[in-house]
Amino acid sequence: MPCENNERLLHGYFDGELDLVRSIEFEEHLKTCVDCARGLHELQDLRESLRAANLRQRASEALRSRIRAALPVDARPQPIAPPRRPMLEWFAAAAAILIAIFLAGKLLPNIGGQKPNLVAEEIVASHIRSLQPGHLLDVESTDQHTVKPWFDGKLDFAPPVIDLASKGYPLVGGRLDYLGHRNVGALVYQRRKHLINVFVWPEELGAAKLPELQTMQGYNLIFWSYHGMYFCAVSDLNAAELHQFAQLLEQ
Amino acid sequence: MGEVKGGRVQAGTFEQVVLPHLDAAYNLARWLVRNSHDAEDVVQEAYLRAFKFFGGYQGGDARAWVLRIVRNTCYSFFEKNRPAELAEQFDEEIHTAGPEQPSTETELLRSADSRMLRDALSELPVSFREVLVLRELEGMSYKEIAEIMSVPIGTVMSGLARGRAQLRERLLRVRAEGERRALRK
Repeated sequence: MPCENNERLLHGYFDGELDLVRSIEFEEHLKTCVDCARGLHELQDLRESLRAANLRQRASEALRSRIRAALPVDARPQPIAPPRRPMLEWFAAAAAILIAIFLAGKLLPNIGGQKPNLVAEEIVASHIRSLQPGHLLDVESTDQHTVKPWFDGKLDFAPPVIDLASKGYPLVGGRLDYLGHRNVGALVYQRRKHLINVFVWPEELGAAKLPELQTMQGYNLIFWSYHGMYFCAVSDLNAAELHQFAQLLEQ
Repeated sequence: MGEVKGGRVQAGTFEQVVLPHLDAAYNLARWLVRNSHDAEDVVQEAYLRAFKFFGGYQGGDARAWVLRIVRNTCYSFFEKNRPAELAEQFDEEIHTAGPEQPSTETELLRSADSRMLRDALSELPVSFREVLVLRELEGMSYKEIAEIMSVPIGTVMSGLARGRAQLRERLLRVRAEGERRALRK
């Protein structure tokens, strides 16, 4: 058992919930307190056992369908992906977009890419869509040497793929996605139960002045660029950890 | 249903924001009510409530928002069908006194099999069960858990400390019982 005064601190420390100062203080305490050090080991073992036991229960398909069926018709999914649209509507939409782009090109010749917010909105929409069943991964692997070659021939650039499992952000896989009228790479990482999508596209997509950090619909987005490529990490993970993740990827 | 104010709920948005968290919702309900039949009913009820309240959803962590509704629905279910379950948490102290076996406990915690863990976790009083499920199975932060349970963060921290201690005691007791049985054979 941990020593009485520090029991709550031990749990806060173990869960990564102490602020920096208290965390450093507690690490000092751990050096001299055998009970707390053993308590920390026990907590780690308990968590490992819980993970290995795979106790998380998943909703059945029957429940999923029952809930969908119980929703009013207008709450059911609208077609999101262009291929699902009826052809005519799709052509009309495409024509409208072309006209809009043409007009925008005439009227606003200086705007190179999309507005930052449009990019962010597209990214959030793609992220949400990727979380729907069966949409997350085209290639499922925790091995960067499997995921990276998979993009060969599918993109006209090579997104850097690194595994961060040792840092607590394991690679889950990757997929092709579509942003700003072009194919982009999407890498999927995980932090506890939070999924992180990292979109990668070459610089010519435009949108040169994206904000570094943005929150939209409850999702955090972090943008950065590196070696002529643009990156955006998006997740429901808290901003601090997402920031740490982005820094690890940048290195 | 059908009480949604026109225009406030965008079509498709509920589906995009709330349905992806169905597994998390079911997991919490399943661990709280402890059988799949009641868990499915509770989740369905919670999703209908979530749909009604969706107009008031201000953005933010959607999973925590949904789980808070699921949790409240579970507690309404308990009040209506199993009031004893809620009383259980007050006499927890009776159950906590267990044998101290410091020499081998670490080994035990590492080797506890999934069945032992499942039994031990499902026997915990509901308030400890939920904090452990949210933290260990859903990987949620203290802040998110505090939001779901409508309690201060300090309560989450002490709930986890006590819940984990009880889980450990239960594992030790189950193991001791198993050993006694093995000796008798």
